[in-house]
Amino acid sequence: MLNGVMQSRLRGLIILALILMVLPVFFGNPFHYELATQVAIIAATVVGLNLLVGFAGQISLGHAGFFGLGAYFTGIATGTYGWSSVPALMAGAIAVGIVAWIVGRPILRLKGHYLSMATLAVGFIIAIILNNERAITGGPDGMSVPAFEIFGWELSSFGRYSLFGLDISGVQAWYMFASVVLLVAVWFALNLIESPIGRALRSVHGSEVAASVVGVNTAKYKSLVFVISAIYASVMGSLYAHFQGFITPAVASFEFSILFITMVVLGGMGSTFGVILGAVVLKLLPQVLADFQELETVMFGLILMLTMIFMPKGLLPTLTAVVYKRRRRKAGGTA
Amino acid sequence: MTALIEVKELDKAFGGVHAVEGVSFAVNAGQVYSVIGPNGAGKTTLFNLITGLYTPSKGEILLNGESTVRLAPNQLAERGMCRTFQQMQICMNMTAIENVMLGRHLQLKSSLFTTLFRLPSLRRNETVARNRAAELMEYVGCGDYLAAEAPAMSYGGLKRLEIARALAAEPKVILLDEPAAGLNATETAALEELIRKIAEQGITVMLVEHDMKLVMGISDRLLVLNYGRVLAEGTPEEIRQNPDVIAAYLGG
Repeated sequence: MLNGVMQSRLRGLIILALILMVLPVFFGNPFHYELATQVAIIAATVVGLNLLVGFAGQISLGHAGFFGLGAYFTGIATGTYGWSSVPALMAGAIAVGIVAWIVGRPILRLKGHYLSMATLAVGFIIAIILNNERAITGGPDGMSVPAFEIFGWELSSFGRYSLFGLDISGVQAWYMFASVVLLVAVWFALNLIESPIGRALRSVHGSEVAASVVGVNTAKYKSLVFVISAIYASVMGSLYAHFQGFITPAVASFEFSILFITMVVLGGMGSTFGVILGAVVLKLLPQVLADFQELETVMFGLILMLTMIFMPKGLLPTLTAVVYKRRRRKAGGTA
Repeated sequence: MTALIEVKELDKAFGGVHAVEGVSFAVNAGQVYSVIGPNGAGKTTLFNLITGLYTPSKGEILLNGESTVRLAPNQLAERGMCRTFQQMQICMNMTAIENVMLGRHLQLKSSLFTTLFRLPSLRRNETVARNRAAELMEYVGCGDYLAAEAPAMSYGGLKRLEIARALAAEPKVILLDEPAAGLNATETAALEELIRKIAEQGITVMLVEHDMKLVMGISDRLLVLNYGRVLAEGTPEEIRQNPDVIAAYLGG
């Protein structure tokens, strides 16, 4: 039984790794790599958000705010002040963690719609600050961000690299880097969920009263998961800034926050691999629907509505349930 | 011998309604202490006050001589108090065994670093916790559900699962709020056996229950509430013969 749990956790991770390795076979041009890198970074953000929303049952409609703060922290630290990328990313993560903790303590006392409103406001405030502090952030025009750099070695989308004698382009290198980051993000999330801390988080969702009478300090755990998910967003924001090479306050926008939440709901709240699928679908959808660009928002709304009505558990959990049922029926038929 | 739980002149008002009024009693360690009374007598309110879910309007609650009036439920759990609920509180987003493992929360302290990297110490502790939880599930009689998701369990199974979760916290005192409600005669007999076993381990049991046969059979002492006030207090024998109790409750 214990082995079963561990195996299922590792199996998912291995399948994800294989998919990430095989995927480039279908990539025809650099744009595909670029898109896949973006998807990986956003998927990792959503995996973090899912810890808060799917597992601990709290909502954040302002998570792009933390993503944006991480992106701008990196942009300003590396661009304006010439910091190295890794210290900038880590300092940004710590700063965002502290901001999330300070903000989270009071607002996580709220529940449901009130918590939605409060987190929404936090996201708006961050976006407004990024828009208005022209001297530091460049305002609505945005700012350029230097390439990711580690120990004097630069990872640029426009560079050329050699890996084990293979000549690879900058976007290909970024794709590999983002894939590894996504795998690590998923591994951390899976480890967290299958642990005493993870059970405490899920119990906050399942029954706060039950959690408190067995000794779970629910307020502390809500803050903890809020901070963790904000740090996920911040780190991914930092990487996103480096990858894009240019950021605008749009990274912290309301639309982006809603996109994150939609990915969680569509993919499957409380399913780590589900929300990755959600991120893939919603990031690729605008490409598929390029001809109906003006209907994009309508399509998003429609998808969210249909998901809530027909697949309230989300894409992946519903699909696995269908497959499982069918397989069982088949097994029953042959027996 | 000092009392494990001592309640003095406890008062809880909701608006103008006094759900609990001037209630005093003491529970000694190792006792099975039951609270009975008609519906709306304030039994569950009393439990919620003792376990820190409500703050008293007036009065004092002492656990091992320490006032608990300002403590949150999780702080009371740290001091060895655990409970079950009349309206069951099971985490339906978890498996049955995980619900029991949740009860070991206080015994399973691990740092965030240990958790994120799933270091061997965490894995070892988790295995121990899982085995202990499985033992407890067998102990309370839901061993058939070791691999089940919580929502797949029967009503009676969930009631026992809640007791297993409370026991997993290794409490000094356990409060059971109507554990027999909704159970059939066989299940109630099994429950009586279980409560006896728990008490024999030296765990103090406080019980709110309507099933008189069960209560009279296993209680060392009883508290009878009516309209939030104490009607009588004593051994089952004394309570059975108390004319006020007979008039207000047992005699109908």
